[in-house]
Amino acid sequence: MTTAAVSELLEVNLGPQHPSTHGVFRMQATLDGETIVALKPVVGYLHRNHEQIGEHATYIASFPFTDRLDYFCAMSNNLGLAIAIEKLAGIPVSERGDYLRVIMAELTRLVNHVAVTGFVLNDMGAFGTPLLYAFRERERILDLFEACSGSRMMCNYIRPGGVREDVPEGWLNRARGVVTNFPRFLDEFELLLTDNEIIQQRTRHVGVLPKELAVSASVTGPLLRASGVNYDIRKVDGYSIYPKFPFKVPLGAVGDVYDRYYVRILEMRQSVKILEQALKEIPGGPAISPKGLALVKAPRTFRPPKGDAYGRVEAPKGELGFYLVSDGSPIPYRYHVRAPSFINLTVLEDMCRGQKVADAIIILGSIDIVMGEVDR
Amino acid sequence: MALVGRGVLAGLGVTLTTFFETYPWGRAVLRLMGRQHTNGVVTIEYPDVKQQHAERFRYFPFLVYDKEPDNLRCVACKICEVECPPQCIHIVGPAKDEQGRPLKPKGRPYPVEFDIDVSICMSCRICVDVCPFDAIEMDNNYELSDTDRFGHLVYNKEQLLRPNEYFQQIKPTEASVVDQRLAAKHAKAAAVPPAAGAPPPAPPGPAA
Repeated sequence: MTTAAVSELLEVNLGPQHPSTHGVFRMQATLDGETIVALKPVVGYLHRNHEQIGEHATYIASFPFTDRLDYFCAMSNNLGLAIAIEKLAGIPVSERGDYLRVIMAELTRLVNHVAVTGFVLNDMGAFGTPLLYAFRERERILDLFEACSGSRMMCNYIRPGGVREDVPEGWLNRARGVVTNFPRFLDEFELLLTDNEIIQQRTRHVGVLPKELAVSASVTGPLLRASGVNYDIRKVDGYSIYPKFPFKVPLGAVGDVYDRYYVRILEMRQSVKILEQALKEIPGGPAISPKGLALVKAPRTFRPPKGDAYGRVEAPKGELGFYLVSDGSPIPYRYHVRAPSFINLTVLEDMCRGQKVADAIIILGSIDIVMGEVDR
Repeated sequence: MALVGRGVLAGLGVTLTTFFETYPWGRAVLRLMGRQHTNGVVTIEYPDVKQQHAERFRYFPFLVYDKEPDNLRCVACKICEVECPPQCIHIVGPAKDEQGRPLKPKGRPYPVEFDIDVSICMSCRICVDVCPFDAIEMDNNYELSDTDRFGHLVYNKEQLLRPNEYFQQIKPTEASVVDQRLAAKHAKAAAVPPAAGAPPPAPPGPAA
């Protein structure tokens, strides 16, 4: 006599208001016991019409809105739009402006990676400690941002042709201090986390993203590199002055949550190298080219020639692209954002299938999404 | 791995060190052990202790006047109103007489109304960047919360006015640059004799 266990599938909504979902985001999970059979990400709760607003505002007026896309990485977002506008209208960048932009972009990478590492640990159940350690360091860099741009997170600092205004006196020395001390914090952070057996148990071989799937889903950023694909736009495009800096692109082997965590730690170490070199070599001179300055002062007189341009940068989360179509007026005809968070999110179901519910939370955390960018 | 749990213990060592860093006696212990340490507590208790903000810290715009509130620098050209990304500035003006000519009590037009909506402003500083007269600047007062969201969140001209001395006090570096620029502008305007029918030259600028 045998009794077959009767099992039914259970649908569970994780989110949209849930502390583990990183913003207003819903995961419609179908469960067989504890195991995820299917998972549907539901987005759109934070849609703010970013692209439509961009098509009704001048090119410069879109900059403060890009700060609010991925609000952890305002500087990288500014840089992406600035590069697209420079391509569209052929605006030269001043040399010092170029260096300042690279410094800001790399500081942003530190801010983002340190925060996301803390958040993943929070999702794993290590409440508080790693996140607050991470935020303690993040705050030092945000203070630098405040000193140069006037705002910690909504910087609105980088402009086509350079940066809006030069950094204040003594800022570079302060930045050197922060950058010099950063590896010490990274060592401490790694001592706290990397070899921790609980973290290893929770993250190894969890949420594996195969190389082929990652490439075919056009996933970018640390998520792609953790799967072992050597693709970094800083190297591929060599935009701005990145070719001047010798840095390595860290790669993962398995593509699990642990690799994603560790690739980010290694990337931060490379960013520190870039920053040290940039802060050493930064030249004097104007922080913005004359053409760029004219654009800052009078946004409505700027009429780029008819045509289109796609500018992309290696944002901390992946390839951030801005596509602009100009019809010769001061307002773009089409303004499109290729948001890395949104496209990286599309592989969520493939990574979660067959995993436990608790793992889905850390897989989501390890993708590193910001809803402001996913929904736009 | 030689010993399972070594990683956890090492991590606990880090938290313990941080715990020691938080107290003066703990820092003394760390020094005795020959360990480097930071100063521990990085948080402040906000309403009682306030953070020192950077000079460039920006929050909400204000209108600058020289010496007396009537003598504001704004000429109601409405550039900031047009360029403001969230469209939170509302200007009526310039003030006109019966024949429709702009009134110039101080040698230049002035706005009849100048309102900024606190709840819409996103502190981007574009109004300051585009203003050709240095008439609008960013304040660093961030405690603007109010209990009346309909009555008190739209700031009118009187609420936005601040003397140039206030600007010099909160942002000395930026203010000195602006003052020098304005002084040079006025000197240039005074050097060129006004053409027939042209408005009289603007009054002398602030003491730079």
